[in-house]
Amino acid sequence: MRRFLFLLLLLPAFALAQDMVTRDGVTLTQAQETRAESIGDQLRCLVCQNESIEDSNAKLAGQLRGIIRTQVVQGEPDRQILNYMVQRYGIFVLLKPPISPLTWLLYAMPVLALIVGFAAFWFGRRRNATPAPLNETEAARLEDLLRE
Amino acid sequence: MSPLRRRLLFGVPLAVAVAGGEGFYLLLRRMREQKYDPHALPSPLIGKRPPAFSLPGIAGMQGFSNTDIAAPSKPMLVNWFASWCIPCEQEAAILGKLASGGLNIWGIAYEDDAQSLKTFLSSNGNPYQRLAADADGTTAINWGVYGVPETYFIDKTGIVRWRYAGALTDDVVASSLNPLLERYS
Amino acid sequence: MIPELGHFALACAVALAFAQGVVGIFGPSLRDARALFAAPVLACSHFAAVGTAFLALVWAGIVSDFTVENIADFSSAAVPLMYRISGVWGNHDGSILLWCLILSLCGLAVALFGGELPASLRARVLGVLGLVSGGFLLFTLTVSDPFTRLWPPPLDGAGMNPILQDPGLAFHPPVLYTGYVGFSVAFAFAIAALIEGRVDAAFGRWVRPWALLSWCFLTGGIALGSWWSYYTLGWGGYWFWDPVENAALLPWLTGTALLHCAIVVEKREALKAWTVLLAIATFSLSLCGTFLVRSGILNSVHSFAAAPDQGMFILALLGLTIGGSLLLFAIRAPVLAATGIYAPISRESALVLNNVFLCAIAAVVFTGTLYPPFANLLFGVQLSVGAPFFNQTVLPLAAPIIVTMGFGPLLAWKRADFWPVVQRLYLAGGVAAVVFLVVAADRHVIAALGLAGGAWVVLAACTDLAQRVRLFRVPLGQSLARLFALPRAAIGAALGHIGFGVTVLGIAGMTLALQTVAVLQPGQSTRLGNYVWTLTNIHDEPGPNYSQHVADVTVADTHGVFLNLHPSRRFFTAQHSITNDAAIHTNGFRDLYVVFADEPAGGGAELRINDHPMAPEIWLGGLIMALGGFCSLSDRRLRVGAPSRRKKMTEAVAS
Repeated sequence: MRRFLFLLLLLPAFALAQDMVTRDGVTLTQAQETRAESIGDQLRCLVCQNESIEDSNAKLAGQLRGIIRTQVVQGEPDRQILNYMVQRYGIFVLLKPPISPLTWLLYAMPVLALIVGFAAFWFGRRRNATPAPLNETEAARLEDLLRE
Repeated sequence: MSPLRRRLLFGVPLAVAVAGGEGFYLLLRRMREQKYDPHALPSPLIGKRPPAFSLPGIAGMQGFSNTDIAAPSKPMLVNWFASWCIPCEQEAAILGKLASGGLNIWGIAYEDDAQSLKTFLSSNGNPYQRLAADADGTTAINWGVYGVPETYFIDKTGIVRWRYAGALTDDVVASSLNPLLERYS
Repeated sequence: MIPELGHFALACAVALAFAQGVVGIFGPSLRDARALFAAPVLACSHFAAVGTAFLALVWAGIVSDFTVENIADFSSAAVPLMYRISGVWGNHDGSILLWCLILSLCGLAVALFGGELPASLRARVLGVLGLVSGGFLLFTLTVSDPFTRLWPPPLDGAGMNPILQDPGLAFHPPVLYTGYVGFSVAFAFAIAALIEGRVDAAFGRWVRPWALLSWCFLTGGIALGSWWSYYTLGWGGYWFWDPVENAALLPWLTGTALLHCAIVVEKREALKAWTVLLAIATFSLSLCGTFLVRSGILNSVHSFAAAPDQGMFILALLGLTIGGSLLLFAIRAPVLAATGIYAPISRESALVLNNVFLCAIAAVVFTGTLYPPFANLLFGVQLSVGAPFFNQTVLPLAAPIIVTMGFGPLLAWKRADFWPVVQRLYLAGGVAAVVFLVVAADRHVIAALGLAGGAWVVLAACTDLAQRVRLFRVPLGQSLARLFALPRAAIGAALGHIGFGVTVLGIAGMTLALQTVAVLQPGQSTRLGNYVWTLTNIHDEPGPNYSQHVADVTVADTHGVFLNLHPSRRFFTAQHSITNDAAIHTNGFRDLYVVFADEPAGGGAELRINDHPMAPEIWLGGLIMALGGFCSLSDRRLRVGAPSRRKKMTEAVAS
């Protein structure tokens, strides 16, 4: 009995040693908490305007955070957890939309913008290589000067 | 590069602006016609069956499960609400009208308790044939419910055909619900 | 009586603005000196009219005149005086009036300080400003009137949104709007130049101070907004890629590109079409921002109530302004002949490279912000584009800018030798590499890159200054003398880059932030990072229009308790709402941040505790950038120069 009680006393030490945290009703290790936070940062809080569920104070956000942590403790991969949310709320819940034909323009924009920018730069420089052509009065004046 | 091509290139910003402007105009027009709402969420359940669940009854009424709504005799509504939700009070009258018109409405009380529900139902009327309780909100999350009130329209084969988030109004009933009832009865 | 006076002044302002517009644009072709000088006079009277209207609204707010519907809806007698005044621009109608006020102020400034401009150019600039002003004033007067009356008046107003009752509100909108609206002057210059068909070195010199002034205010406005959300919203975030924040960032990006382009036009007469296009684009993006926030098309924390009808009017204004200016650009810009030639490795090239990346970032942010509504329109699908997307696309594009910024100021114009420049930057590069290795050793790669990049930019700018004062090559006293003799524009530019580097350091440091949420009873502690946080007590304190519960929290390190913080929860009686007031302590390099998030049923307090390394640097960098800009502005060369000499010469020749 005394040994059992002694072991009970050691339990907090074990918790500290593995750095356990409790968040939204679920107890998990710090590493798991970090993973859960990174998943939560990708999900939109549906009752707020433009916040992730990690940043939000809303009750629904807290419940979703709890579900994520439970699944992380169970060892579900990130992709599975995100799919769980998308099945229930649609792709609107993902703060970064999935790559599909509908979002090609969005994801291609960085490269597209750079190509357009460099092309404009390139054509601008090639034009600058030849000075602007003279108009008639200027051409006549040049001839006058050259004849002198 | 030929002068014509150069001139066309200078017109590209204008073309982009005109396209964008056209898009904004269409968006605004749709907003006015209520066809576009940036805050609205389409439900992934549309065209599918509700997820598996089994909820107990509350406030003296019988609960139900997904098998009970798998093949209803006629189209029905499942209405998520709560006694602490003010818009729910506002739609209670409309639900009452629909129920007395013969529409089956089964309710699910979201994160609520029996006493407050009894008070709510006695002061606002009880349009529900059955009333289940989702005390911790887990079933709500499985349905994709993100607030109350929400109303789901289920046809005779048990498939969800429509979800409305917010309190039902006469306008919404006339423009959206009545056509659905005609189409699926 | 006074609100009616204000309303009348508003109507007069519409007329004066359109008069200014017509006279300004068509006056120069009449070749009548009186027409040329009418425009500045009209600009002054236009400002006086809008100013009167604005003061009338502020007066109504101060005395809590609830017959004015705007005051009744958004204020109440219990609101403190400062917020009764600043609350005037905390709602849609009042903020549009502030917009118009600043637009008219821009016209006034050009009229008063544009003395050395050719009279016809000044008239045309005022003309364009007048037309834009007129459009917005007409919008205000017809659709968005802040002076609508309410009779009988209610006994008390509906009260002010508690989040807005903060000193940040008093400063953030005016500073931000001055930035937004200030770019209208550069826009007007661009239009005037297109009408006249000529962009030359003088144009670059004239546009630069106006663009720089607006840029300073916009930088300050964005930094203030970010700082305000950091300490007010309570979860320690400072940038959320919210559509309204993006709406402010977009003109800042193109405005920065514009500033740098204007330098090239002034010095080398190249990049003329780019400069004109950027000037048009920057103000167009400001206008788009206004439209997006007020129309309700976007899903945002900041948006005012959705009003599609108002949105239509603003869309019409946008169509005329942006469409008109881009049409003019398409027709007239090919005429602008560039004469400057430059080599691939030169300061011009570095500036152009920077601009390409800045504009690419702007294009990405623009696309990302508008993708959800357009995807809905075209594909019928509801998407979100949020912080993860923007962070992953913008940061890689910002990296080349950070690298190039170091080299740019040290490269020579027209043609530069790269290797000597690299050698001069050995110190900056070396320190950056060391910083990277030290931080990356802890496996924080992104923070390492960011801190190294920030260090690189700061030290490269210092290297530029050191080279100009010949530090260590001449006696220290001489170096100091040279520093004070340096043109202020050079110091301003260096400060601008240093400020940006400091902000980069701040952002990189924040990626190492720590956070925890703990429910504590009085006497309990929790640990975060190197500190132990203890809740000692919870007590009540009354406030002017709220009651509050205050949590007393102590922070201890290995030497013991060194800090007392008092985060609170405020209960606003009028609006039945609660705000959390964060308690922040800063030592300049690290913020300790705690919020009293909730009072759980079992007693005690739920505290959100954050440890933010380098957070103050984010806004300190913004401040340094703005100061650098003001320093540049104070350089006499920017305001007096070739134009006035040429004018005196032509006058001498004519006489």
